[in-house]
Amino acid sequence: MSTTETTTDTVALKLDDLHVAYDVRGIPRPVLRGVSFEIHPGEAYGLVGESGCGKSTTAYAAVRYLPENGHVTDGSITIAGQDMLKLSAPDLRALRSSRISMVYQDPSQSLNPTIKVGAQVVEAFTVLGFSKAEAKVKAKEALHRVRIADAQQVLDRYPYQLSGGMQQRVVIAMALACDPQLLILDEPTTGLDATVEAEVLDLVSTLRQETGAAVLLIAHNLGVVRRICDRVGVMYAGKIVEEGPAAEVFDNPQHPYTVGLLRCLPRRGANKVERRLDTIPGSLPLIGTVLPACVFQDRCVLATEECRTVAPPATQSEAGRTVYCHHADKVSTLVAAPLQAPVTGDGVGEIVLHLENVSKTFKQGHHEVRALVDVDLDLRAGETLGLVGESGSGKTTLAKAILGIHATDAGSVIELDSQTLAGLTTARTRDARRAIQIIFQNPDSALNRSKTVRAILERALQKLAGIRGQEAGMRLASLTDEVRLSPRHLDMRPRALSGGLKQRVAIAGAFAGGPRIVVCDEPTSALDVSVQAAILNLLADMQREEQASYIVISHDLGVVRYLSDRIAVLYLGRLMELGPAAEVFAGPHHPYTEALLSAVPSVDGDPPDRIRLTGELPSAINLPSGCVFHTRCPRAIKGTCEALEPPLVEVSNGHMMRCHIPIDELRTLQHID
Amino acid sequence: MGVIEDEIPATPPVPGMQVDVISDKRAARREKARLFIKSPSALIGLGIILFWFVCAVLGAHITPHDPFATDGLSHDPPFTNGYYFGTDQLGRDVLARIMVGARDVLIAAPLAAIIGVASGSMLGLLMGYYRGILDDVLGRLIEAFLVLPLTLVGLLALSAAPADWSIIPGIESSTQTVILVVGLLFTPIVARTVRAAVLAERENDYVQAAKLRGENGLYIMTREILPNVMSPIVVEFTVRIGYAIFAIATLSFLGVGIQEPTPDWGLMIAQEYRLVIGGYWWVTVFPAMAIASLVIAVNLVADRLQEVMEL
Repeated sequence: MSTTETTTDTVALKLDDLHVAYDVRGIPRPVLRGVSFEIHPGEAYGLVGESGCGKSTTAYAAVRYLPENGHVTDGSITIAGQDMLKLSAPDLRALRSSRISMVYQDPSQSLNPTIKVGAQVVEAFTVLGFSKAEAKVKAKEALHRVRIADAQQVLDRYPYQLSGGMQQRVVIAMALACDPQLLILDEPTTGLDATVEAEVLDLVSTLRQETGAAVLLIAHNLGVVRRICDRVGVMYAGKIVEEGPAAEVFDNPQHPYTVGLLRCLPRRGANKVERRLDTIPGSLPLIGTVLPACVFQDRCVLATEECRTVAPPATQSEAGRTVYCHHADKVSTLVAAPLQAPVTGDGVGEIVLHLENVSKTFKQGHHEVRALVDVDLDLRAGETLGLVGESGSGKTTLAKAILGIHATDAGSVIELDSQTLAGLTTARTRDARRAIQIIFQNPDSALNRSKTVRAILERALQKLAGIRGQEAGMRLASLTDEVRLSPRHLDMRPRALSGGLKQRVAIAGAFAGGPRIVVCDEPTSALDVSVQAAILNLLADMQREEQASYIVISHDLGVVRYLSDRIAVLYLGRLMELGPAAEVFAGPHHPYTEALLSAVPSVDGDPPDRIRLTGELPSAINLPSGCVFHTRCPRAIKGTCEALEPPLVEVSNGHMMRCHIPIDELRTLQHID
Repeated sequence: MGVIEDEIPATPPVPGMQVDVISDKRAARREKARLFIKSPSALIGLGIILFWFVCAVLGAHITPHDPFATDGLSHDPPFTNGYYFGTDQLGRDVLARIMVGARDVLIAAPLAAIIGVASGSMLGLLMGYYRGILDDVLGRLIEAFLVLPLTLVGLLALSAAPADWSIIPGIESSTQTVILVVGLLFTPIVARTVRAAVLAERENDYVQAAKLRGENGLYIMTREILPNVMSPIVVEFTVRIGYAIFAIATLSFLGVGIQEPTPDWGLMIAQEYRLVIGGYWWVTVFPAMAIASLVIAVNLVADRLQEVMEL
């Protein structure tokens, strides 16, 4: 934690004015423009920033693991007192195998799917010179170390037989095999569920204390960085713009970019009714562009002529903070988007969508997997319903049932404007189809890359709105205007557009036919935070203008909270809690909701008493008796919960919960007054 | 113009390296053409193909001798009496016949490949898009079909074909039968490749979005999916031309393909390969080298094309 003066010998990793360039078509394009920081033994350092800012390049450069066309053009890298740039290939290999370990984003890709976990973990030890027999013992110990209780059983399995969280533990166990002095984690929890993420992060924190290894964490999720890092460096366009203790930087940012980044996030219970999200104007510079002396100058509101010509000096302040900005003193004058007068329409609209006993059973060999069990829901005009739950909870299945991608089980009723809908979209009328549309998670997959934006939107207008020719042309113009696309984008193909622009095209397509209901499936998870803010604002605007209802699926509770009026919490296909967003988030909550909420790492810091879920999501083939959540519930009542399934009861006006614990008791347990 | 992300290697994964690509389709095509001609082997291949193409087009106009004229059963060895490649047993100039023989191959092979790729793509689209029973049934049929040796099916079909029939005017009926048979034989192979590409492509959300818009299967297959699987189809086409040259030569060699007196490489080998032992090697070796050069040239081009397309 301490950042007192240290000699290079005791520094785990030290980068000094590191410049890296990638050769593209023979021309070196600078990617890192002078990155300097130090990580001390036992310290966790987080690098944050939007994609393309050079976080990963920094990490790869540090261990000299750049792709072939990447070169360190200037600066120095010191690991444990050794100059990395001067090491010979054998020395470098020796250093990497004995002192440095890396953990990558997707654990399923770090493990060989055709080899048993045991053989892979054992190999991690045999390369260090242990004999086969020793390595086997060590492998078992390693799994115990990462809190895998039944190590032998895990060793005998193939990677695909393990859950994502378990896989990541195995990968971490292998990374720790050499007792590294530097552990590099590259987005270690991206793609994992919040509950699993919380487990992995807890594990990293404890292991760090046990081993005394220095940790370099790369993450785009600021909450993750805050939870486990002591210090943080904020990167922009290949430069660190601000550095300091994580809590200080996030609570009291001093660089205009950090301020902007933090204000983009839907935090502290922000909701679309109260405020628009701030955005950072402009976009990240392309690789290879010539940048002004201050790399952020083009997008900075405080920028002056000085910023263009004079590189901002490092301003050190108390508590080990460094800011690279000419105008750090004026940051407090940056104004956030003002609160807006709550725009409530007539409050409660008509019921648009009515679900009754909606169930979906998948056949898996001889087993039946009940992905959705008797879901009852209403959705009103202009209302947003947020669907929350771990993967496998049935969120997507429910959305697909509503869209007509999956046929529901017999007895399920889906009504649109009191008209019963056919199960599959092909059997539905055109009006029903245009009424329910979707915005997919990944616009790269959702937009046909061989078509121009104009072709995509014209076809949507023709099929959904039933218009063509001149009328379609006029509607196209107003539609592109609504989603803030400029006409010049119309003749481009998706490949030429940035992620945010692509998602705008996808949104325009969904709104082409004037839908009643739009399913937003992780609408911003493929986007950077500054772009996410703009898209969330757009979704809120479109809803207000078009009076559409939204069903929002997202693992990011901040996003769900920002958009939603009501929240439905699903667990193993069952509705566990349903109620107004503010109430569900404020509590008293269902114990599962409570666990979900406390698992999510917050950029504002975590409450001291977090609920930790243990165990894994039970298999949907072999469901627990009684309340399906009792196996993991920290508040389960012995004798009751495993025997009886609690009914979904109304605990307060419009707030339903499926729990045996009386609401007043939950209120006391959760310290809610 | 933005930076093309292609040249930034994917490994090790560098998530931060995504860059906005501001380019239109034409620029992408130009980029691919530029990458294509950067390869010397592809250029050599292209050169050889061009050479045979010129021979095919100009034919008897540029040959040193009349390919049909007989010179008194001379059977000259190479470089005698002004015959660089010698003469065959009827005294016809081997070089002239090889040069003119390029014409039939260069017409028949691409046409056969077009037939195979067109019908194979159609089948592949249907199987990959609809899957289910259709895929199962057609899949089994294709597997059964692939087991049959090409020559056997070719022999049967060609001997069963009526002697005088014509769809394409200007091409001899025996050649037309060869084209059809080879094209047909390629269909299942192409279908398998296209099916695999379609299976991957249909998982994209835009296919789902099209269904939710109420598009029918035909539209989704031809307008949404097909443009995105064109790369493997184009590559498959060039690869198939190479195989077609080979297949056509084989069938001619067996005597069921292109018929006399049309000069054809396979036929030339068939007529005199028994005489090689007697020292008359040139009538066999030169046409064989011609076949090899064209097949190799087409494959050089196909390989590079595949690399460029798959970027």
